[in-house]
Amino acid sequence: MLKILNLEAGYGPLRVLKGISLHVSPGEIVALIGANGAGKTTLLKTIAGILKCRSGAIEFDKRQIHGKSPERVVELGCCLVPEGRHVFGTLSVRENLILGAFSRRHRDNGAAIAASLEEVYQLFGILKERDKQLAGTLSGGQQQMLAIGRALMSRPRLLMMDEPSLGVAPLIARDIFQTVVRLKQTGLTVLLVEQNARAALAVADRGYVIETGQVVLEGTARELCDNPEVQRAYLGKEYKTIDEDE
Amino acid sequence: MNRVTMMDHASLYNPKFETMPRDELEQLQIERLQSTLNRVYRNVAFYRTAFDAHRVNLERLTELRALRELPFTTREDLRKSYPYDMFAVPLHDIARIHSTSGTTGVPIVVGYTRNDLRTWTECTARLLVAAGVAPHDVVQIALNYSLFAGGFGFHQGVEQVGATVIPASLTTNLEKQIAIMRDFKATVLISTPSHGVNIVAGLERLQIHPERLHLRLGLFGGERLSDSLRRQLEEQLRITSIDTYGLTEIMGPGVAGECQVRDGFHINEDHFIVEVIDPATLEPVAVGEQGELVLTTITKEGFPLIRYRTGDITQLNPDPCPCGRTFVRMARIAGRTDDQILFRGVGFFPSQIEEILSSVEATSPYYQIILDEQGGIDTIEVRVEISDKIPFLDEVKALEALHVQMANRIKAALDIEAKVTFVEPRSLRQLAGGKDRVVDKRSQ
Repeated sequence: MLKILNLEAGYGPLRVLKGISLHVSPGEIVALIGANGAGKTTLLKTIAGILKCRSGAIEFDKRQIHGKSPERVVELGCCLVPEGRHVFGTLSVRENLILGAFSRRHRDNGAAIAASLEEVYQLFGILKERDKQLAGTLSGGQQQMLAIGRALMSRPRLLMMDEPSLGVAPLIARDIFQTVVRLKQTGLTVLLVEQNARAALAVADRGYVIETGQVVLEGTARELCDNPEVQRAYLGKEYKTIDEDE
Repeated sequence: MNRVTMMDHASLYNPKFETMPRDELEQLQIERLQSTLNRVYRNVAFYRTAFDAHRVNLERLTELRALRELPFTTREDLRKSYPYDMFAVPLHDIARIHSTSGTTGVPIVVGYTRNDLRTWTECTARLLVAAGVAPHDVVQIALNYSLFAGGFGFHQGVEQVGATVIPASLTTNLEKQIAIMRDFKATVLISTPSHGVNIVAGLERLQIHPERLHLRLGLFGGERLSDSLRRQLEEQLRITSIDTYGLTEIMGPGVAGECQVRDGFHINEDHFIVEVIDPATLEPVAVGEQGELVLTTITKEGFPLIRYRTGDITQLNPDPCPCGRTFVRMARIAGRTDDQILFRGVGFFPSQIEEILSSVEATSPYYQIILDEQGGIDTIEVRVEISDKIPFLDEVKALEALHVQMANRIKAALDIEAKVTFVEPRSLRQLAGGKDRVVDKRSQ
């Protein structure tokens, strides 16, 4: 579904991605693991068209999408849930979600968009309860759900999620990962960037480990979990899940 | 679903990879190659030095073709790294160690991580399923379980496939091997071809009719399986034979193997990138032409190798195979690039024989090696020129003692039973360094 070959990108003189190749097959959850500054967010932004790539190719559904505008990439079915959520704080939950369907305004009528809205409310009951509330007044976890819901309103086939558990209470984070699994069951393909490597690999089918802008390891989630280097660097030897602490 | 597809899937262990469209496979290969190169550059001093010396910019390696700009890894490089210098992970991440026999010099030590063992299991399971091994089979592995990777490599695969495994190993007692085969009702034999021939001979000696065995399939590896040998084994053991290819440095068994079509060995290309080069110019040959097999591992964690020169001569066949696998096929090994002699699963060089001879006073350093086969079993004869400086030449007893001494030394050093023949002084001198020093009469 997504195929990236030798991607290079960066900011000004700074080269962040130094020839990254990866792919995501339909229906897969693929996790990108790496330390701060490894280039994970840069990679998602480049796929989304927010950052221009310097060289390399991005193919989405057999179509070249590098160089395309972010709105075009969303129209094609590839949507990013940005790190830090970036919901519109002064708009209501419902208004935020409706805006998520902006790219569909010429294609779909109100009924289709209302149906999507209902689907999102099904997925996140809390958003339905608070649909009139201003997004800025939601908790971090609820804002994260809103950001995911807003992305889903564009009816993506590939959902890219950047640090969905960042700044979110651990229990809510678990809910969010469970939602990711449920989305996969509906046929959605997910590319997941996550600091919490253990949680990400628990839901992912495959993963890539990125170090200083290069892929150093590719494998199934199980292979990565069993890799001693990954264990030391990203899983933490003494790590316990919340359940184990209780 | 039509019948053909159903049959295809019955003989595939992992259809997703084994029948992966070539464009997807190439994407997977470049991804895995790049991550392997990034890792070896960071973790293996040898590759860091080699890549820097060749001014390799890994960030510019953007297509599989660019692999040819990387330096080779040779057997000599691996010897120099003895024991652990080529490992790409710390020793405590290594779950198992295998090694080459060291008959041809310093052994090469190969480490496997847990994931490497899993990959290996997958690869041998593929080979077994391609050969036709099914969960109801009883598989007798008549290969050494030792530092030698053969026994353990196949063993894991058989367990993975769900068949019953008999780790018979290579007992020195052939009768026992045959008794196990008969009494435990083994349906599949895994061995070297020459051990298969030993079993045939053993059956004759013990007067056990092959019909009293339950064998239906034989998987062979470790040495040349010529057409004639193949026919002989199939007829006399009442089996279908499947040939496999592997080498300890790369993985052991699991690199490549025949499918039911039996027209070339499918290489597990999602784990290895294959090239064929001209051993003289070191340039890649045209597709389908004969040359030296060069392998790059793209999933190994413990002991990754970049462009390893196997020394084996073969050619590739990229045509689609009727079995449905998209992996390229390599032909049976046609020979060696060096003068290594493969004899009953053991590889050695003529220079090693020379060394042994030079340690014996009564002989001159001139010799000839004759390889032949008798009833399908490889035989080796070493003809040695007697030195004319030795006075006791006429004494039969002394000659006899010399005979035994030399055969024993060869046995001790190379673990092969050679027939030693003495010839007149100066009769072999003209062969020195020449082509006829090794005469191979074995059928190809």
